[in-house]
Order: sequence, then C-alpha cells, then structure tokens
Amino acid sequence: MSAFEAAAGRGNFDRIGHDRESWDRRYPPQEAVGGLLSKRIIVGYGFWIFLLSDIIMFSAFFATYAVLVGATAGGPSGRELFNLHNVGIETACLLLSSFTCGLASIGARMNRGSLFYGAMAATCILGAAFLFIEVHEFVGMVAQGAGPTRSAFLSAFFALVGCHGLHVTAGLLWLLTMMAQVFAKGYRADILRRVLCFGLFWHTLDIIWVAIFTVVYLMGAGQ
Amino acid sequence: MLGKLTWAAIPFDQPIPLFAAALVGVVIIGVLAWITFKGWLPYLWQEWITSVDHKRIGIMYILLAMVMLLRGFSDAIMMRSQQALAFHSDGYLPPEHYDQIFSAHGTLMIFFVAMPFVIGLMNFVMPLQLGVRDVAFPTLNSVSLWLTATGALLVNISLVVGEFARTGWLPFPPLSEITYSPGVGVDYYLWSLQISGVGTVLTGVNFVTTVLKIHAPGMTYMRMPIFCWTTLAANLMIVAAFPILTATLAMLLLDRYLGFHFFTNDGGGNVMMFMNLIWAWGHPEVYILILPAFGVFSEVVSTLSGKPLFGYRSMVMATMAICILSFTVWLHHFFTMGAGADVNAIFGITSAIIAVPTGVKVFNWLFTMYGGRIVYSTPILWSIGFMVTFVIGGVTGVLLAVPPADFVLHESLFQVAHFHNVIIGGVLFGAFAGYTFWFPKAFGFRLHEGLGKAAFWCWIIGFYVAFMPLYVVGLMGMTRRMQHYDVAAWRPWLLIAAGGAAIILAGIILQVAQLAVSIRRREELRDLTGDPWNGRSLEWATPSPPPAFNFAVLPRVEGRDAYWAIKQRARQQGKLSEAPGYTDIEMPRNSPTGFICAFFATFMGFALVWHIWWLVALAAFGAYATFVVFAWRDRVEYIIPADVVARIDRANRSARSEALAHMEATP
Amino acid sequence: MLGATALLCGCNAIVLDPQGPIGIAEKTILIDSLAIMLAIVVPTIAATLAFAWWFRASNTRATYLPEFAYSGRLELIVWAIPLLTILLLGGVIWIGSHDLDPAKPLASKTPPLEIQVVSLDWKWLFIYPNQSVARVNQLVVPAGVPIHFSLTSASVMNAFFIPQLGSMIYAMNGMTTQLNLQADAPGTFLGLSSHFSGDGFSNMHFDVQAVSAERFAAWIGVTRNSGPTLDAGSYTALAKQSLNISPFTFGAVEPELFQKIVTQQLPPGPGPQASLPDLSESSLFAMAHCVAPTKFTTVNNATQRTEQ
Repeated sequence: MSAFEAAAGRGNFDRIGHDRESWDRRYPPQEAVGGLLSKRIIVGYGFWIFLLSDIIMFSAFFATYAVLVGATAGGPSGRELFNLHNVGIETACLLLSSFTCGLASIGARMNRGSLFYGAMAATCILGAAFLFIEVHEFVGMVAQGAGPTRSAFLSAFFALVGCHGLHVTAGLLWLLTMMAQVFAKGYRADILRRVLCFGLFWHTLDIIWVAIFTVVYLMGAGQ
Repeated sequence: MLGKLTWAAIPFDQPIPLFAAALVGVVIIGVLAWITFKGWLPYLWQEWITSVDHKRIGIMYILLAMVMLLRGFSDAIMMRSQQALAFHSDGYLPPEHYDQIFSAHGTLMIFFVAMPFVIGLMNFVMPLQLGVRDVAFPTLNSVSLWLTATGALLVNISLVVGEFARTGWLPFPPLSEITYSPGVGVDYYLWSLQISGVGTVLTGVNFVTTVLKIHAPGMTYMRMPIFCWTTLAANLMIVAAFPILTATLAMLLLDRYLGFHFFTNDGGGNVMMFMNLIWAWGHPEVYILILPAFGVFSEVVSTLSGKPLFGYRSMVMATMAICILSFTVWLHHFFTMGAGADVNAIFGITSAIIAVPTGVKVFNWLFTMYGGRIVYSTPILWSIGFMVTFVIGGVTGVLLAVPPADFVLHESLFQVAHFHNVIIGGVLFGAFAGYTFWFPKAFGFRLHEGLGKAAFWCWIIGFYVAFMPLYVVGLMGMTRRMQHYDVAAWRPWLLIAAGGAAIILAGIILQVAQLAVSIRRREELRDLTGDPWNGRSLEWATPSPPPAFNFAVLPRVEGRDAYWAIKQRARQQGKLSEAPGYTDIEMPRNSPTGFICAFFATFMGFALVWHIWWLVALAAFGAYATFVVFAWRDRVEYIIPADVVARIDRANRSARSEALAHMEATP
Repeated sequence: MLGATALLCGCNAIVLDPQGPIGIAEKTILIDSLAIMLAIVVPTIAATLAFAWWFRASNTRATYLPEFAYSGRLELIVWAIPLLTILLLGGVIWIGSHDLDPAKPLASKTPPLEIQVVSLDWKWLFIYPNQSVARVNQLVVPAGVPIHFSLTSASVMNAFFIPQLGSMIYAMNGMTTQLNLQADAPGTFLGLSSHFSGDGFSNMHFDVQAVSAERFAAWIGVTRNSGPTLDAGSYTALAKQSLNISPFTFGAVEPELFQKIVTQQLPPGPGPQASLPDLSESSLFAMAHCVAPTKFTTVNNATQRTEQ
C-alpha cells in the first residue's frame, strides 16, 4: 500500500470502514473510541468538515462583499485602490508557502527533521511576508482615508480580506506551535495528525486566497 | 482600567431586576455551599465537570437547558402579565425593561434551552444507538458544552451588570447599530452568541464525523436508528448554517466596535443584507431544532407501539430532504420587505414544498401506531400531543408561507402563536418525550409516571389556552412586542393567554416535583434490566446507567432495530447469546480543557462587552495556553481492565437472563 | 371553521373584516388556503387520535401487526397527498403574490392619490406631495380612491400596517418601498407599525380616517397654509426621539422633501444620544429613565458621527 493510499484511507477498508477480510479477524473485541477506523482517518475527516464550515463563513463574507461592492458612498472604489503588483507578490508568497507546507508534511511523515523544520520555517517566512504586504496595504488605505469606516464597500473589503489575514495569522501561530511540539515530542502519531490538520488548513487558506484575489482584486480592478 | 464598567452598571434603582438578581444569587450561592459542605466538589470535578464522556456531557447539556427554561419561562410570565395589565396603562414594566425581557426570552429559549436540550439528547443517545463507545472527538465535546454554558452565563450576567439587548432575539439593524442602541446590551448578546456559536459548530463537526464514520460492526447507514439519521441531518445543517451566523454577527460587531458600515444607515450600509444573512441561518436553525425532536418521536412511537417504524426508507429520504430544503426558504421571514412578486412567490412555493417531507413523517408515525400495542406512558403522551399540536402549527406556518396572507399577518401575534405552536409543540414536547424516555437509561431509575402525566396535561392544556388566543388577537391586528396597547378588544384574549401561562407554570412545577419525587423514591423506581420500555435499539442493551465504555464488546448488527433482533433470538433460543471474550478497553481521559477554556472565554466575553482591553488580551492568551497545555498531554487514554469489564457485563447479562426467564414463565 | 370566522368578525378580527379591495382579496386567499389544508389536516388529526385510542395496549379487539412496517401503496398515498396539496397551494401562492404585490397599482378609473410616508422615532409622518400638506400621526384619505404610498424611514426599520385595508410593507432608511391600498367606504381604521423599532414602538399607532372625496377636498383646503411648514429644519426637529405626539398638521411642505429624506440629504434621525426621549406622564417611566441608555456613552458613537 503506497503512502498515498494509506493517507487516503484505502487498502483493506470499505467505504464505511469495514475490513474486507474474515468476520472474526474483522472485529477484534478491543476497540478504542475510534471504533474500526484509524484515528488518522477520523481526525482528518472531522477537520475537513470543520474546514467546510469555515469556507461557508467565508462565503457569507463573499456574498456581503458582492452586494456591497458598489456601495462606495462617494468614496474610492477598488479600481482606484488596488495595487495588483502587490497582490501578485502576495499570491506568489502564499502559493509557494503551500508548496513548502506540502514539503513539511512529507518531511514529518518521513521523520526527516531537516526537511520538516526547514520547510516549516520557509512556510512561516512566506506567510509572514504575505501578511506584511497585506498589513502594509491596509495601513496605506487607512492613511489615505480609505479605511473600513469610509464606506460599506470598504467595510466589506476589509472584513473579507482581513478575515483571511486573521486566519493566516492564526495559522502562523499554529505553525510555530507545531514546530515546538515536534521539537519537544518528536513524530508521535497524534502530533502527525495535527500536522496533517495544519496542512489542510494552510492549503484551504490558499484556495480561499485564490477566490479573494479573483473576486476582489482582479474583478475590482477591472471595473 | 475597567473600560466602560462602573457601579452605574448595576441596577440599584430598578427593583425588579435587582430583586431577581438577588434571588438568583442567593440560590446559586446556596447550591454551591450545599455542594461544598456535602463534600461533593471533588466528585463533581472529576466525574462531571472534566468528563469527556458523551453520556455525562449530554446530561449536563440537558441540565443547562432545563435551568435556562426556568429563566426563559419567567420572562414569558412577565411578558404575559405585562400585556394582561397594560391596557390604557403602562403596566409594571417600562419599555426599556420590557424590551430586554422579550429579547432575553427569545434568545434564551432558542439558544440556551432548545439547542442544548436537543444537543444533549443527541449526545447521550446517538453513540449508544450506533453501538460505539463515544463520539469522534470527546474532549471537543466537552469544550462545546462549556462554551455553550459561557454564552448562557453572559446573557444572565447582563441582568445584573449592565443591560441586555432590547432589539428582539434577532438584532435587526439599524436598531441594533451603535447609533440607536448605544448601550452594552447588544454587545452582550453578540459576544454570548459568538462564543456559544463556536461550541455549536464544533458539536456539528463532532457529530457528523461520528454518525458517518463510527459504527458498530455491521451497522450500515440504512440500519441506523432513525434518531441517528436526524442527528446527522441536524448536524450537517449546523455545520452549514452556523458559520453564516458567526459571519453576520461579526459584521454587526465590526459596525458597533470599529465603525464599519455593513448595516448602518450611512456610509452605504444595507439593512436588507442583514435580513438575508441572518435568516439564511435562522431558518435552518429552526429545522436544526425540530429534526432531532422528530427523531425522538420516531423512536418513542415505534418502541411504545411495539412495532418497527413505518416506512424507514422514506423517513430517511424525508429527513435528508428537509435538511437540504431548509436552506431554500429563508426569504419567507421578510416577504413584506418588498422583494417583488416573483421572488416572493418562489420562496413561498419552496416554503410550501418543505411541508411535504414533514407531512410524510406525520403519516409514517400514524402508520407506525396502526396495528401497534400502544403503552400509555408519559413519552407516548408527549408524542401524541406533538402529532396533534405540531400539525396545527404547521398549518398556520404554511398559511404564513402564502405571501398575501403574510402581508396581513407578518410580525403579528398570529405569527408568534405559529412559531410557539411548532417550537413548543414540536421541539419542547420532543425534548420532554426524550427526557422521560431516556431518563431511566441515564440514571438507572424511572421517572414517576403519575406526576409525569399530570405535567403533560398541564403543559398541553396550558399551551392551547396560552396560544390559541394569540392567533385570534393576531387576526385582530395586534402586532408583537407591544409594551402597552389601547384596543379594548384585545384585552380579554390576552387575559386568557396569561391564564394559559399560569397553567404551563403548573406543568413546570409538576415536572420539578416529578424529578424530586423520583430521586427520593429511586429504589422503588429502579430500572433493573436496563430495558424498561421493551426497546428496539442498542442503547437498551446496556445496563442503566451504562458503564463508561458503553458496550463490553461492540455488538454485531445484522439489521434494523438491532436490539430487537437480539432479543427475538434470545427468546426463540430461550437463552442469551454466548458470553463474549473480554479484553481491556481504552477510553479517553477526562480533561479540564473545556471548562478552563470556557472560564477564559467568559472573561474574554465580559471584557469585550465592557471594553476592558487588557483583560481581553489576557483571557485570549489564557484560552490559547489552555489548548497548548492540552496538546502537550502525553497520556490521553486510560485502560479499563478486562476483569472490570467482565464483572460489569456479567451483572448486565444476569439481569437480562432473569428478565428473559421471567418472561418465559409468564405467557 | 367558517362559523368561527364569523364569530371572529363579530369579535373585531379586523383582518377578517377588510374594508378595501386588497384586504378583501387577502382574506379570500387566507380562508381558501386554510380550507385546502384543513381538508388534509382534520382527517389526519382525527386519525391520530383514533389510532392512538384504538391501538392502545389494553384494547384486545385491536389487531396487532408487529411486522407492518412498509406498504408501497401507502407510501405512494403518503407522499402524494402532501405533494398534491402543495401543488394546489403553489398555484395560489404564485397567482396571489402577483395579483397582490404591494407595488402593483390598483385597478381603478380614479387616478391614485400619492402619499409619502416617513416612519420616525416614534411617530408617523404623512406627506401629501401634490397637495403640499403633511400630517403627523393621523392619516386622512378619500374613500373609494386608490392610494399609492411611497415609504421610507427616518431612522430604524418599521412596517406600515393598516390591518383593515390590507398589506403591510417595511419602511427603511435610504430607500423607498411602495404600497397600494384603497378604502372602499368611509370609516375609521387602526394603523400601526408592525416591526419593532425601539422603546417607543408601542406608541406608533395612528388613526386612519377614510372620508368622502368632498370632505377630503375640504380638509385639504382647510389644512393648506395653516400650521407650520415642513422643511429641513422642522423635519430635523421631528426626527428627534419623542413619544405620544398628538396628531398635528403641516400647512406647507418643502418640495422634494421626501426625496431628500430618501437620498439622505437630510441625515437619518439621531438615536438616544442626541436627545432624551420625551417622557410621558407616568412616574414609572420617569424612574426607569433614571437609568436611560444615554448613561453608557461610547467612544465609537463619536467616531461614527465625525465620519458623516
């Protein structure tokens, strides 16, 4: 069974986790809370559901943004404010950080410290770079009177993009905590599960960023 | 130093809240003192507060719900009495006070009575019915419970320190914006719901994962008890809908705290956006409440009729249909906002369509009773009461779903009567049915039947006396939330409604008495076999109360009504199945994470309300640190040795053997 | 059921005693929809009680069918009945929503009377733009003439509702909603706000006087040019929070004032910060207002103000 298949929960288990082999071997009496499925599958599944809920929360912010995008109250619109050059750099940082996060996951599973710590550090730096540019953009907008209190459009913009930024910040905090945990406890099964969840979280933030830079920046600048 | 908080926040010059707060304070201190003097504190801490056992967490949820029911109901009594008195008069509650009372009433009842009650029932019952040992994430379960308790605590603190929101149970802007509600009331509401909302979403994640991924061997999806299906549907809806609430309340918070313009009158804010967002959550919310209640009724009616549930497959389809359709109807809450004929008509039609699966369920319960042998105990009374009452409520609901009818009934007492009809008749009756049905399983002794039946009759008669007049007065043009009125024709009906509230009060008193008497007489009422109702699903296979590990060996499921099949086989063979081989069982360790996290969340919420920023930062750091400490645990499970498991299971088996022998002896 | 309806009419169930074409049509839809549903629901409730009684455990005459858990035929009926009912109701909904859309003008030979409605804290302002008069807390309309209302709010959301004439509609700041109603015959009707709007909400009721066309014209004649002028200044004063305003008239109205309110040229009404609510006689009120909301001032409100 390849690493991928193990990660995807395939192999000897059917769709709802019943072992395909004989009855008696199938149901060994000793079971922990996790029942028949591995904790890894259950934790991953649960975290996916959580991520879906988070995506729905972002959808509410997206919907609000879409409704309020024209409500500039006589103030500046996206066209006047957005600097696509910076957005491009932010995007590159985040996409690259997803790649390094993937490397970190592989490093963790291979128990290779150099790969894990190095890739996590790179992810952290790229994420921090993203945040730095974003904060810089926000501060600049506020300085020129285009802060969130200026109009409903700007409120929606700051809330949507800011919410994503807050998630990235939380992610970086989590990242550092994971590095500390691995350093303290090694590549224990439960810590690897958390690394898996962190990876899922980080990649999801990337997907949401793709939606943001399309809906907010590209479409906004094109108006 | 203390932000906006000053001594002026405490209502020294308002007699009613001051007296109420003093009373509650005395009761709380009294209870705490009693517990401490009796030496129960260590036991409570180790066995309940830090418990990650789904059964204990479920019981605590229900306890929270019942205590909050008392608070929410006292608000109701105040509202009914005010409206009975306030004809050409100001009554005894000035508007600022009255407005807080009806806002607190709705908020408490929906978020801190109905939600915890159904979540508590799902928590307790669902893993047992699935034949497994616990939910997917037990510690997360504890976190959810305590965060919900934090929310309830914050709402109640607002009675004493500051004020509560005066905007109704949903804070429509611009009234809820800082311009028109500059006080702390709306902030209390918002933070309380944001914090408990986190708990609720985590419950959703937890239960969806459990129902979809953790089953006893052989239990396919189509062999799950229907209560587990409704649990699945309700929690899918929680996962999909509550984030919308989180986002919307966050937007209102941003408006109030940082001057954003989502819903303000100026700056391009759009109040219609709030209505859409909040009801996109709000409508699924009421289905989140009712689906578990439907599940309870399915279990109770089938068990107490001695028959399998009629039309299992179509019940499953109807449940999942409701799950999806509930997201397509939200606009019916504001037909009168002027969206235009096409939009109104479409949403009216979708709202009517959702009555179809509901109707199917009612018919299926009907045919479950058909050909049954119905044992008249309290749970079945609640169920039959539900079937009649909820259907009436559904009729008025579909009536309101017709836009032209809604144009004259929107926000009237007719609408108020409708939603109380379905929430009391549906959710609350279901909660009480579940409570009386599963109480023996949870505690090992039954509830006193006589008092239970008396309580039921008081509730149902009281309900009709309290709410049928409200339909009438709604047709007389009376709108909701009126602190005083001048139309003479309304008064007699409001007096009758106040009488109904008094009858319901009698019902509640009887329920409290039932609990007290049952506890005192618990030896007489002892449930010896663990199967007091001749149950059909796996929870009845466990002793009452079940041990921490639920099942010594996970049962093998071969069909629906798994336990019924086991019993049938035992009856045919004249003996129990073979004793299994026992092995050690690993169970998750208790953890104070939930309680401590909620402790910090309470301070954080309070500090956010009063703008005590240093305390916010400190509490936030504390909450984060709690999680880090939890993550640093090395030992996450404890072992129950095989001989302990064996001892418990043998006791259970011998009780069942005796019952079986007794049944054979008496034809 | 119809008997009960008649009883209710006698008991002042004014929603079921409409005095205008919209209300009459809505009552018909209400009764019809109810009848359609009762046809299903009454037998269902009767069956519930009947089955619950007949199949009680102590009834030895009842057949026990412990395996009866599925019947294809019954399933078909069980799904079909609600579906057909809803189909029928869906038709009522589609047609009714279109016929009775509040913005749809009434079919009439008489040209509609324009009235502009502004909901304030906590009273109603009715502007007759073509007659250039306005009245607070009382609505005078000619009977038999269709009225076209344009509504907005000075501050928070309200809903304009005359139960005996028909539909209600929200009033929101910064935008206009439309409503068309007609009173068929002279009479006095109850009018109120049906959307909670704050502490003074219960005071937001008003009389609707439908009078003959001649009396209406006379009233306009008397009212015009007598009494204060409704302009930016008097409007701003009116927008402050107050209670228990007896009906009074503005003899002249600044042109396009309503438009100025809708477009927020005249800013939305201030909340409790800028003015203490007008206290009514009750000492209970006075005592309560010792802890008026103005106590808890916030920095943010000041910030919001300067943004304007």
